[in-house]
Amino acid sequence: MAAENGHGAEGGLGVDPMHQFEITTIIPLEFGGIDASFTNSALWMVISAALITGLTVFGMSGRAMVPGRLQSVAELSYEFVANMIRDNVGSEGQRYFPFIFTLFMFVLFSNMVGMIPYSFTVTSHIIVTFGLAMVIFLGVTVIGFAKHGLRFFEFFVPKGIPVVLVPLLVVIEVISYLTRPVSLSVRLFANMMAGHTMLKVFAGFVVAFVGAGGALTGLAIGPLAFMVAFTGLEILVAFLQAYVFAILTCIYLNDALHMH
Amino acid sequence: MEPEAAKLIGAGIACIALAGAGVGIGHIFGNYLAGALRNPAAAQAQFPNLLLGFALAEATGLFGLVVALILLFVI
Repeated sequence: MAAENGHGAEGGLGVDPMHQFEITTIIPLEFGGIDASFTNSALWMVISAALITGLTVFGMSGRAMVPGRLQSVAELSYEFVANMIRDNVGSEGQRYFPFIFTLFMFVLFSNMVGMIPYSFTVTSHIIVTFGLAMVIFLGVTVIGFAKHGLRFFEFFVPKGIPVVLVPLLVVIEVISYLTRPVSLSVRLFANMMAGHTMLKVFAGFVVAFVGAGGALTGLAIGPLAFMVAFTGLEILVAFLQAYVFAILTCIYLNDALHMH
Repeated sequence: MEPEAAKLIGAGIACIALAGAGVGIGHIFGNYLAGALRNPAAAQAQFPNLLLGFALAEATGLFGLVVALILLFVI
């Protein structure tokens, strides 16, 4: 029968689709009982950050009038985020450009680096995306209170509704406000994890067909073709989720700055 | 019923949420196409909204998938 660990080719799928999300310690560290080890997750975060720094620093070091390839990419990403903020928040939002640019580039590069085979997708762990979403949520709430003071609570009272409905709608508005960090983080995490798991499951089909040998080997072309197509879709999703993450941050910031 | 079997059945049922995501995504792209064919000049400006709507609709279905994965691998 199948091998005990379930990794034998004859034991069903042959590949464990969840193995890719395993966190392994590279350099063990501990501060006062807290495990702060340098893991593969941290390593790929550093790689993403290094790539972004490389792109922006080396891209703009030439300061050419007619930009080359690298400079074009750097300028394009700058303008993309700047336009996003101008359209969704207005001129007041330009103060927060560095934060949203960093956020967008980090999520984008983490997703894209994760598409490389044998790499690790940082954003496929909910604690990473929830950490980002919580920082956005707390930051936006603090900005709202700093700008409007206690009048920020008016944000939870929709305008132009009958007085009878106000208590009910305030409760709904408060709950929907508090679920923002959850929905923001689960959206990104679930998209990345579901896509990568699906790729691994279909890779398992290929392995199983090839392992079966004989006439069945030819059938492996089906799941393989699907995987190639799906990898293309996953690269689109990787960009799209970074875009949605950044644009929802803009929308939340707009709510805090302009209240409705 | 075996707890293991109940877990698998629950995970399967949770995946029905993806049907709603399919309806939502189809609705968004269908309506965008209908609007774009009526007024192609305005279509390009609404493309970011299309992507935003697509991602928002897809995410609700993926919540169901997360429930399924939690049932399979966490509980």
